[in-house]
Amino acid sequence: MTVPKIEFRNVNLRYFTTKGETLALKDINFKVEKGEFVSIVGQSGCGKSTLLSLLAGLIRPTDGEVLIDGVPVGGSSPQVGFMLQQDSLFEWRTIVENTMLGPEIRRHNLHEARLRAEGILKRYGLGDFLESKPSELSGGMRQRAALARTMCLQPDILLLDEPFSALDFQTRLSIADEIGDIIRKENKTAILVTHDIPEAIAMADRVIVLSRRPGRVKSIHPITFPSHGEERPGSFAAREATEFPAYFNTVWEELEVHVE
Amino acid sequence: MSSNVKAIVAPSAEYRAWLAAQRRNRLLIIAAQVGLILALLVAWEVAPRQHWVNPMLTSYPSAIWTAFLEMVSSGELGNHVMVTLMEVVISFALAMLFGTAIAVVLWMSPGLERVLDPFLVVANALPKIALVPIFYIWLGAEGSIYAVAIAVALFITILMLYTGFRQSDPNKIKLARTLGATRSQILGKVILPGNIHTFIATLKANAGLSLVGVIVGEFQASKEGLGYLIVYGSQIFRMDMVMASIVILGFISLAIYALIQWTETRINKPSGRV
Repeated sequence: MTVPKIEFRNVNLRYFTTKGETLALKDINFKVEKGEFVSIVGQSGCGKSTLLSLLAGLIRPTDGEVLIDGVPVGGSSPQVGFMLQQDSLFEWRTIVENTMLGPEIRRHNLHEARLRAEGILKRYGLGDFLESKPSELSGGMRQRAALARTMCLQPDILLLDEPFSALDFQTRLSIADEIGDIIRKENKTAILVTHDIPEAIAMADRVIVLSRRPGRVKSIHPITFPSHGEERPGSFAAREATEFPAYFNTVWEELEVHVE
Repeated sequence: MSSNVKAIVAPSAEYRAWLAAQRRNRLLIIAAQVGLILALLVAWEVAPRQHWVNPMLTSYPSAIWTAFLEMVSSGELGNHVMVTLMEVVISFALAMLFGTAIAVVLWMSPGLERVLDPFLVVANALPKIALVPIFYIWLGAEGSIYAVAIAVALFITILMLYTGFRQSDPNKIKLARTLGATRSQILGKVILPGNIHTFIATLKANAGLSLVGVIVGEFQASKEGLGYLIVYGSQIFRMDMVMASIVILGFISLAIYALIQWTETRINKPSGRV
């Protein structure tokens, strides 16, 4: 058996504040294979973003292990790219300079990094905006620039922490579709954290539902669209697929959303 | 994507009338400002001359102008202005330099900041002017001027910059961390460039404060400079000399402020395209 790309093995996470001790994640166990796209859904505060911080090496688990290619995560690695809710483009830098931030921090060869950054931006339809400031771009373009910045370090794992939630609905649909497409084409392993159930289903091969705090893996749902044949449809088309409503209902019920 | 949509249609009569009204408004405000200055100058000139007020106490514009010309032609004014300017520029630069360095050190070591925080707050609240006699005894005439000017500006520099650093966008910091940035890289790539505006605001606050520090320092100790001229003038009851010096001080602070303003617009101008 091959080693999974990502594995959470018996992970607990506790943190301490002056107000007390909180168990944020309990007994987390799951694997993600190379090239797979997994969505994680759960209610606010269930620790889903914390899972990504563990993978990115920003925090350490209290117990258990977080493994990438079978090796425990020991700190931030250029192999892991992170996309946050805010695009957080630096407004004092041009788009191409923003894209080169990763290689600059990692002290790579800047000439090569620039060529790579320009190539990525052109592929993402931002070729005319290399020297623009972020303020000159629309929300969707900014998010694409943020993806370019993440891709510039050539990660093979992408962590997406609600990267579309700051966008308006239409932009959100088309950007999610585009970015999902790019990630699949480049055969990256991706984990998307979101509270948007349709988005989670439309983009992923599997949806993991987390329980309320302390977050546990409540259920895992493989998402397939036999009505579309072998090829997995893009996230836009997936929303129209006949299987979609059933997935939605299942995940919705699992989430036990209570409106108080 | 560009928002520069040019109207091809000719502007309507209403729009042109609105523009004209806007222009009229602006002119009215400028006229009112000029009028106010003129009225003040006229009142200041007439009242003492008519002996409605004592000219010994208030002097008046034409006398101040004469005093100004006298001091210029004797060459002493240039010297006094240069001395004060030098002191302001040097202490201003040193306060910014030390203040920035200390703010950076505090940001780099949060533990140190937590220890020093109450001391900084007290040092900032303390009226530094009260230290002038001590500085005079410790450092002599010349040194005490610089010391008080730096002391006046230093703590506010540290506090303003450090507060700005602390309020930097946490998302940008997190992003830099996900890309593998060390603390000093976060400082260089996120904190400092993200705080240019804090830096400019601090420059503006300090320009005034350094001037205050220098003048007070000169009051106590100096044989040269505008502060000295003001004290000397008042001792020999030459109000024209005192007032002329104060007007010059006003122009100096205006000039410094304009210089900072100019720098700020230069920085804000988007680079790369005109």
